[in-house]
Amino acid sequence: MSGIPYDHYEPKTGGEKWLHRRLPIVGLLYNTIMIPTPKNLNWMWIWGIVLFFCLVLQIVTGIVLAMHYTPHVDLAFASVEHIMRNVNGGHMLRYLHQNGASLFFVAVYIHIFRGLYYGSYKAPREITWIIGMLIYLLMMATAFMGYVLPWGQMSFWGATVITGLFGAIPFIGEGLQTWLLGGPAVGNATLNRFFSLHYLLPFVILGLSIVHIWAFHTTGNNNPTGVEVRRGSKAEAEKDTLPFWPYFVIKDLFALAVVLLIFWAVVGFMPNYLGHPDNYIEADPLVTPAHIVPEWYFLPFYAILRAFTSEVWVVQFVSFITGGIIDAKFFGVLAMFGAILVMALAPWLDTSSVRSGRYRPMFKWWFALLIIDFMVLMWLGAMPAEEPYATFSLIASAYWFAYFLIILPILGVIEKPEQPPETIEEDFNAHYAPNTGGTKTMPSVNPAD
Amino acid sequence: MTQMFKKLALGAALALALPAASFAAGAYDTKIEDVAFSFEGPFGTYDVNQLQRGLQVFTEACAACHGLKQVPIRTLGDEGGPEMPMDQVRVYASNNFEVFDVELDDFRPAIPTDHFPAVTAAGAPDLSLMAKARAGFHGPYGLGINQFFRGMGGAEYMYSLLTGYTGEEKMEAGAMFWENTAFPGGWISMAPPLFDEQVEYADGTVASVEQMSKDVSAFLMWTAEPKMMARKQVGFVGVLFLTVLSVLLYLTNKKLWAPVKGKRFEG
Repeated sequence: MSGIPYDHYEPKTGGEKWLHRRLPIVGLLYNTIMIPTPKNLNWMWIWGIVLFFCLVLQIVTGIVLAMHYTPHVDLAFASVEHIMRNVNGGHMLRYLHQNGASLFFVAVYIHIFRGLYYGSYKAPREITWIIGMLIYLLMMATAFMGYVLPWGQMSFWGATVITGLFGAIPFIGEGLQTWLLGGPAVGNATLNRFFSLHYLLPFVILGLSIVHIWAFHTTGNNNPTGVEVRRGSKAEAEKDTLPFWPYFVIKDLFALAVVLLIFWAVVGFMPNYLGHPDNYIEADPLVTPAHIVPEWYFLPFYAILRAFTSEVWVVQFVSFITGGIIDAKFFGVLAMFGAILVMALAPWLDTSSVRSGRYRPMFKWWFALLIIDFMVLMWLGAMPAEEPYATFSLIASAYWFAYFLIILPILGVIEKPEQPPETIEEDFNAHYAPNTGGTKTMPSVNPAD
Repeated sequence: MTQMFKKLALGAALALALPAASFAAGAYDTKIEDVAFSFEGPFGTYDVNQLQRGLQVFTEACAACHGLKQVPIRTLGDEGGPEMPMDQVRVYASNNFEVFDVELDDFRPAIPTDHFPAVTAAGAPDLSLMAKARAGFHGPYGLGINQFFRGMGGAEYMYSLLTGYTGEEKMEAGAMFWENTAFPGGWISMAPPLFDEQVEYADGTVASVEQMSKDVSAFLMWTAEPKMMARKQVGFVGVLFLTVLSVLLYLTNKKLWAPVKGKRFEG
């Protein structure tokens, strides 16, 4: 599969040959698990495994929860309490599923920012990046619909607000919103279709994840130096890589165990810390909560959505030249989806000849600022829409767009990057002295040595 | 109906554009006292005697107006709860509650498999999940730091509410309101429900308002989170197991990579 030369599967026994001629499935699995992997991958490369674990965890716990859950406006809330009180182990299943969503998003954000720092999105890995962005969008849709299912106050009002975003689209908005909800407002029809889609989408994500893996197995993994694996011969490639099994499987499993240790402590000791108390009040269409706040993982984009009010001159200008078709509300919706779109376009916006941020002295600072910006946006999303938060939100949102649309293209032109190492082997040996035959040597502290 | 929903959707859209000016920290000038409950922290457990006292307070002082519709009466006998003997639970159910039986087409005394009744007559909220539906603590700038260290504070909120009456009352639009230092907005439509010596505890505990408030808040924490003790135990075992697994995998990984990294593995 990979362009990196390595020993592919060869059927040996008669049975293996028989099967291989008819269905090369063992070969497919073998070649996948033995894929040559750059040996200098650091700990930021473990989140893929964590994400795959999250998907499996959510599907498994979700399937069992669905056996006990009732998607009906009069019964949903009570059926969740039934799971919490009467189903064997139901409280653990439900808390694992609920907090599993948070772990999923922690992992996906680190995974995305890793890609942004080390330039994993750059040619030839654009397809991997785009599929990743699609998976991320589907994750958000799935998480949003899942949050509606317990039919608490935040479920109901969150659904009302978010589907209202589609209502902001000019001309077709109102009809589209009604079509999505299955009625004039969030109700039983909405709950039923959200349940159905919440069950379906994870399997679409699973399929896309396989394509995601297929894509980067075709191009080979990126690595912290951004330097490609040498592919001239098998011997050359082996100097830069190690097989995925056992080296990276064991490394990733160790990292996964540590992540799960923290996750399990959260589930066991503070399972409601990341939730909102209002969702333990059954949905009531007649009582609006004092403040409707989305789950933490939506907050950065929620802050961008709210930042563009009708007082902002850009909004007024756009509203003026479109004759009022794009009003403040629609502008906010466009900004929110645009914030994800510009991220998806990163492969074509980044003009730098050097892939990894490690060798880009100016980029490093702008990237650090982007991380801070993301954190600040997350905080602002939970704050009331009043001063000074409104101004902060506007500045933070502006930086998000500026990073992708202005800074990334310009940096590639004006920045003088440092020289990356010639090969992955060179980078690896700079960290670890080459094998000297069993004597203990201290790794060099400074990679530049 | 449709019209009403449209208005509600509009209200929600407005809420999106201009969420109520109050969020989280310091939204209202409410005073929530940090009570040291036995069930706090990773090793905290429910105090069986306290839960039983709390049940008594709930039954005698709260049950007339508030329901506990999510809670099956039989769970009073469950491990990790008030742990009442089953015959006591049976007597408790039939002595205190009547339920409408569809098959009999009449009311009959409650049995353990019934839930606590859903009481809606007085317009008072159901208390089954109240301890998880309220947060006592937040943190500076809504960062949730206080909740990390002191817990969500639902039980503390209820304790503070029950002990937060100032004695002031007012008549507004034909309804009575009582001033309360814990209630958002400062004025609550519930009359002070507890007074000293209102119940007589079988274990001899002095039934002060503070004591009763503490006990009933603990009881309502249990009704909201009846599996807390089992959950913490699973949490503890899981953390231990994963710690050992992490160490083993760390050593495996170290040994596996040692030749590649030119190190000798000593372990």
